Amino acid sequence: MREITIGQYIPGNSAIHRLDPRTKILITFAFMILLFVIDDFTGYVFPVAFIIAASILSGISVRYMVRGLRPLLVIILLTFILNLFLIKGRVIYEIGPLSITYEGLYQGTFMVLRLVLLIVGTSLLTLTTSPITLTDGIESLLKPFSKIGVPAHELAMMMTIALRFIPTLMEETDKIMKAQMARGADFSSGNIIKRAKSVVPILVPLFISAFRRADELAMAMESRCYRGGENRTRMKKLQMTWEDLAAFIATGVLAAGCLASRFLW
Amino acid sequence: MPIIVKNLTHIYMPGTPFESVALQDVNWTVEDGEFWGLIGHTGSGKSTLIQHLNGLLKPTSGEVIIDGVNINERGVNLKEIRQKVGLVFQFPEHQLFEETVEKDVAFGPRNMDLPEEEVNRRVKEALELVGLNYNEIKDRSPFELSGGQMRRVAIAGVLAMKPKVLILDEPTVGLDPKGRDEILREIVKLREEQNITVILVSHSMEDIAKLVDKIAVMHKGRIVDSGTPKEIFKNYQGLISIGLDIPQITHLMLRLKQKGKDVATDVLSVDEAEAEILKVVRGKGRA
Repeated sequence: MREITIGQYIPGNSAIHRLDPRTKILITFAFMILLFVIDDFTGYVFPVAFIIAASILSGISVRYMVRGLRPLLVIILLTFILNLFLIKGRVIYEIGPLSITYEGLYQGTFMVLRLVLLIVGTSLLTLTTSPITLTDGIESLLKPFSKIGVPAHELAMMMTIALRFIPTLMEETDKIMKAQMARGADFSSGNIIKRAKSVVPILVPLFISAFRRADELAMAMESRCYRGGENRTRMKKLQMTWEDLAAFIATGVLAAGCLASRFLW
Repeated sequence: MPIIVKNLTHIYMPGTPFESVALQDVNWTVEDGEFWGLIGHTGSGKSTLIQHLNGLLKPTSGEVIIDGVNINERGVNLKEIRQKVGLVFQFPEHQLFEETVEKDVAFGPRNMDLPEEEVNRRVKEALELVGLNYNEIKDRSPFELSGGQMRRVAIAGVLAMKPKVLILDEPTVGLDPKGRDEILREIVKLREEQNITVILVSHSMEDIAKLVDKIAVMHKGRIVDSGTPKEIFKNYQGLISIGLDIPQITHLMLRLKQKGKDVATDVLSVDEAEAEILKVVRGKGRA
């Protein structure tokens, strides 16, 4: 259970780590939108270069980021295969009723590349931003909407708490699984019904402990007089620097490249 | 049924930025019927080590041989090993899940595919071993019991598998003094009656000194010292330097010695200390 690393924050002090979380969130959004602007292979030069540059600056290797794709391999493969067989056009190869077309091959590769870049690009955000800074950034970005009734602070607090407890619950699951395995439980064999039944000895203790933790946390927050977002000041104010400016300029170049690749060439 | 640990190294999440070495070149042999205490600071690798002893974790390198079976070998029956080596985790009451105490204790034996009468017999026996009244408690929900009772039910859940080696990770943590004494007394009784090997992980030097025959000291993923309690607690400076301690009463004797009293310092229990102090005091009186 502990071996899942997809998008997990890697502490560091690189230029990318130091960026304001708001900058990183906005750039990630821009990056995602720009990926959908691109309509041919040459356009991918820009996001790929962008990712490589960010990887070098952040000190996190592209290889490590690509490793994070492994849990999503099924989705990626499915995308490729569906495109490969379902798009009509010039036939290259035929297997029974199915046929591979030139257009399908093109479109499949194109979509897979888009998907991979999408995942790698967004994982770069969470890899270089601690969950707490991330929610700070989200709260700050949502603040203008609080006038129309978006509970920015509450949402951010909920996210902070949820993120904070993911590792705890994973550890807890691991521990409970091991405790039940020590009593001879078997989670990996038998048919579907048997396997579904075998998770009961994990889920019941896990829920009980999650509720207990929630209760204790609420109590601890209340006894420290927590009462939501109004008039709350912060210890660490978010501040943009020249590095953020540089990041926005780089994103501007990326945007120009992507748009040019679509509309000019 | 000896357990032999040879050059055991365990690394968590190798090849990622989160890589950490939990055990390094550990060698350890546990013979039949021995009562071991395993001590070490938080994060010294105690939990990782004991999880190797019933195959919950596999070595990154090195060997763990349980009753002649190497857990690294392909096709090893881990279920059988886990039946032979019972492991009671910290806060074992957090693993309870059934509607009734009886069903929960029966979880282990049922997983072993035993006939129903045998399961029932074992449940009854295990509950009585931990000092609970079978008829009174069997139909109650484990979640309405007191903390001490819940823990005993959880321990019974492991005992019902009739392990030959019982490993307990901090079995008394978080209990009141009465519950603590009861659990420890039951462990001693269990060992005498069933003649099983016991490994006790604990932070309480008092409990360790009082109960076990041999101690293994862990520090930064290695076993740095092992021997009888007297041998181990003699090296009190070494223990203190790695964040451990010696029993209070041994402290007292050391202080007396420093004050120039001619007492033995390898004293581990209050009774022994009393005899030793009386000897010195009376010796003086006569002179």
